Amino acid sequence: MDLSKATFWGFKRENGRIGVRNHVIILPVDDLSNAAAEAVANNIKGAMALPHPYGRLQFGADLDLHFRTLIGTGSNPNVAAVVVIGIEDGWTKRIVDGIAATGKPVTGFGIEGHGDHETIHRASKVAREYVQWASEKRREERPLKDLWVSTKCGESDTTSGCGANPTVGNAFDKLYPHGTTLVFGETSEITGGEMLVAERCRTPEVREKFMFMFNRYQDMINRWKVDDLSESQPTKGNIAGGLTTIEEKALGNIQKIGRKCLVDGVIDKAEAPTYPGLWFMDSSSAAAEMVTLCAASGYTVHFFPTGQGNVIGNPILPVIKICANPKTVRTMGEHVDVDVSGLLRKEMNPDQAGDALLECMFRTANGRLTAAEALGHREFVLTRLFESA
Amino acid sequence: MIHFVVHEDGDGVGVVVVEGVKSGTELTGWIMEQDTEIKVVAKSDIPIGHKVSLTDYKPGDTVIKYGVDIGKVVAPIARGEHAHVHNIKTKRW
Repeated sequence: MDLSKATFWGFKRENGRIGVRNHVIILPVDDLSNAAAEAVANNIKGAMALPHPYGRLQFGADLDLHFRTLIGTGSNPNVAAVVVIGIEDGWTKRIVDGIAATGKPVTGFGIEGHGDHETIHRASKVAREYVQWASEKRREERPLKDLWVSTKCGESDTTSGCGANPTVGNAFDKLYPHGTTLVFGETSEITGGEMLVAERCRTPEVREKFMFMFNRYQDMINRWKVDDLSESQPTKGNIAGGLTTIEEKALGNIQKIGRKCLVDGVIDKAEAPTYPGLWFMDSSSAAAEMVTLCAASGYTVHFFPTGQGNVIGNPILPVIKICANPKTVRTMGEHVDVDVSGLLRKEMNPDQAGDALLECMFRTANGRLTAAEALGHREFVLTRLFESA
Repeated sequence: MIHFVVHEDGDGVGVVVVEGVKSGTELTGWIMEQDTEIKVVAKSDIPIGHKVSLTDYKPGDTVIKYGVDIGKVVAPIARGEHAHVHNIKTKRW
């Protein structure tokens, strides 16, 4: 596929970033504000609440990550406008101010002193204005470089490593030379292949930062582990699918970064990349946590290879599922966007599989709903670093 | 017909990519990197996605897949047998 003149149709945001969706979200700061946020989304058709269980008594690095994730989610160019609702005004304003830096419409509401009824009433008025305003936004034709693509696999099996993940790798190798911004992560799931990722780092500084993140995660696992993590990493589903060790899973996982791309930079969880290229993000390997972090980092389309059939979606980031396991394609076909099982029958080569994924990527970016979007999968899962105070 | 795939020459295991492999079946494998074929007779029933051993392994041996160490053998595995968590463990963690 010749991508040199490739374009897609996206929504240009106030800060110049390009989105492929046009969501108006109702973002709770904390668990207590979920009810009001969901009531507003129920009142205003076209607004979407993002309930979650956290945001109280967090502190230090864990609180920083909470703010970074919520601000990043609201700032994502797939979001047109945001209503923020928190139990009190202070942290609500902190999130509003963070999102407002993008220039997009955002208004916050604190519940204390007003109660749910009045908050829902006031927030619904703003949400209605936002939804009507956003509904007049039109897509415009944009160069491929404006697309930010993330990847993370889930419920992998051995077919992921020889089919679905190399398909993503082929697509990444094709996207990389055109100035796109790409990311992979899943720090624990590099274990056994870390030397291969380290070799791919563009500079010694990038390599050093990658190894710092890798070793930090290993230290965390070694601090808490009570066994060899079998059934957690690899998961019970991975093992049912034939994956035996973390090393085997990791080597399959890193097929997603292809053979040509270099790792140009390393970011911490939910940080935004600062230049085009392939980034490594320190992150959990749990599907919904990782994809939520990708959305918070500003990515606009996601490649999700699966073997055994992970059904994940995300509220704001379209998740494209790629599968090479013929049994999963047969039994769970409604979840699969790109069937590459022909790879394992030699009916399709990696170049054709990569092109099939890219074709689906362009259609998705142009507005076609993914299977996960059509099925209503909106897993929004915040990563926690430690206990609340 | 391809029953299993091998990432590259030198790997000690292949991945079964069809359903219903029974002990005694002669299996045809495709070595993807070199685009060559290999035959092995299954000595176990092996589910789709699970590994068939291409090597006679003894405990303590290292299993190679993708040309890289994927763990250690903890129980003997004969060529053609099912290779999985009952006879291979991680060297990490």
